[in-house]
Amino acid sequence: MAKHNNFKEKLIHGLFLFNGLFVVIVLIGIFILLIAKSVPVFKEVPIKEFLFKATWNPTATFVTPSYGMGSMLVSTLMVSIGALIIAIPLGIGTAAYLSDIASPRVREIAKPVIEILAGIPSVVIGFLGIVLVGPIISKLFKLPNGLNALNGSILLAVMALPTIISLAEDALKSVPLSFKEASLALGATHWQTIIKVKIPAAISGIVAACMLGMGRAIGETMTVLMATGCSIAMPHGFLSSVQTITSTIAIELGEVPYNTIHYYALFAIGLVLFVITFIVNMVSDIILHRYQKVIK
Amino acid sequence: MKRKAGLVAMIAALFFVANIAVAKNDMVEIKGSDTLINVAQKLAETYMKSHPDTSISVTGGGSGTGVAALVNRKCDIANASRSIKPKEVEDANTKGVDPKRVVVAIDGLSIITNAQNPIDKLTVDDIGKIYRGDVKNWKDLGGNDTPINLYGRQSNSGTYDFMKEVVMKGEYSPNLKSMNGNAQIVEAVKQDLGGIGYVGVGYVKDATGINVLKVAANPSLGYFSPLNSMDVKTGNYPITRPLNQYLNGTPKGDVKNFIVFELSAEGQRIVEDEGFFAVPQEYQRYNNDVLGISTNLDAPITKYSVQGRDGN
Repeated sequence: MAKHNNFKEKLIHGLFLFNGLFVVIVLIGIFILLIAKSVPVFKEVPIKEFLFKATWNPTATFVTPSYGMGSMLVSTLMVSIGALIIAIPLGIGTAAYLSDIASPRVREIAKPVIEILAGIPSVVIGFLGIVLVGPIISKLFKLPNGLNALNGSILLAVMALPTIISLAEDALKSVPLSFKEASLALGATHWQTIIKVKIPAAISGIVAACMLGMGRAIGETMTVLMATGCSIAMPHGFLSSVQTITSTIAIELGEVPYNTIHYYALFAIGLVLFVITFIVNMVSDIILHRYQKVIK
Repeated sequence: MKRKAGLVAMIAALFFVANIAVAKNDMVEIKGSDTLINVAQKLAETYMKSHPDTSISVTGGGSGTGVAALVNRKCDIANASRSIKPKEVEDANTKGVDPKRVVVAIDGLSIITNAQNPIDKLTVDDIGKIYRGDVKNWKDLGGNDTPINLYGRQSNSGTYDFMKEVVMKGEYSPNLKSMNGNAQIVEAVKQDLGGIGYVGVGYVKDATGINVLKVAANPSLGYFSPLNSMDVKTGNYPITRPLNQYLNGTPKGDVKNFIVFELSAEGQRIVEDEGFFAVPQEYQRYNNDVLGISTNLDAPITKYSVQGRDGN
């Protein structure tokens, strides 16, 4: 009987080890695949030109095809940073409200509602961008068309909010109660306590929450594909139509002839996107760890 | 323990049954052009009413996506609003796929502007200049002082390619806004005073708030509207194109029956109801050769299209 249990123990141990390793193997596999498939493009196009030149026209037949992802890179960063500018104040405000001010009953209702927001399919959000946000933007700014970077930012802010709110709230909640009590005992108001004590104490958790929200925004595809107008020119501002990296891959990968420069170039822009999200996630992870140590 | 084993067996059995069900299902899959999607959907629905045993699924994604799916054997029929490219034929052949073309409808690619734009006609050359970005303001074409906003399709669209290769004979301006489909272009141009777009004629038939421009290959030959079926069928309207379906080899079974239905008098009437135009005689003969049927079997179509012409 004891022997049997020992075997079972080992089996389960092995199973969990495999599960843990599997994720790592998949990640490394994706990374290797992306690199292997992107290398050929850099033999044809210099890296600098590929990253920063603003003309992308791989299917050109009347002029030489050009592979410069500059405008896409700018568009992607613009849309996601715009989303953060909208989502961070809203997200932190909501998190502070939920953790410190809301009554338990309100919190019980509000939290699941926010989590439901995270579950709305991106295509539905994109649809709202076309029929709701677009017309509002075009009226507000007197534009002929509301499909632009601002529209994408607003929608991505909505999508990043649940991540930011729930992680920032966790961070605020794990600030020891003694901090709050000490502050209130010294005569600080509730507002002062939140702004001057709780948020600074939880700042690394909050920053990590925002970075993860950004990671979510950068990689989003369907919503931006539908709502940003998809124009490949270098954007002039938030009211220009833009085409992000993800949109380009989604539009072009479906029909690109395999093993051509265009095909490899799509993998290469995918690699750039992967590197950006990887860095964002890693930085947020490092910040989060540092914060956990500080609290201990 | 025994109960768990029973559960596992049950789940396994379920998967097994599901697999058989999937394998048995004779589904005809049609994929591709967003220009053809509505008419193909309508044809499929009508066909399924009289043939309840056959199920047909129609999805979009663009001509390029459709042809790629045919090449990779992911669909039975690829809708394409352009001709197959030599590179695609090569790819198909290396994978053992033999693409055959059937022409199911004729489209007059329509150039649309906002209803409040006073310009009502353009030459093919003007359209090229506009989309290449050489002309940026309507006043250069005799219109209001309004910047031109370009609306077009994404690069996986056959219409995108057709415009580029046949009409513009040059590259698109980078300021082109790429829309997801014909209907989105119509909606965008409806709201944009300076907008211009191109869509299949089937999408402008009932649309309001837009102008469908008259187009001339050469001003001395006169301007023609794609809404006049006579001008599209005779080729007076300069940007007329066949809408194709590509098949793998000579079709058999359900695929063949469905195509024969599409090309029948009833099928072609649906094509015209959807705003496109019935296939003229020269293509009927071509289609019949592809399908391996003798031309006189299709006498009703010929009669129908002749009547259509008389009617105009």
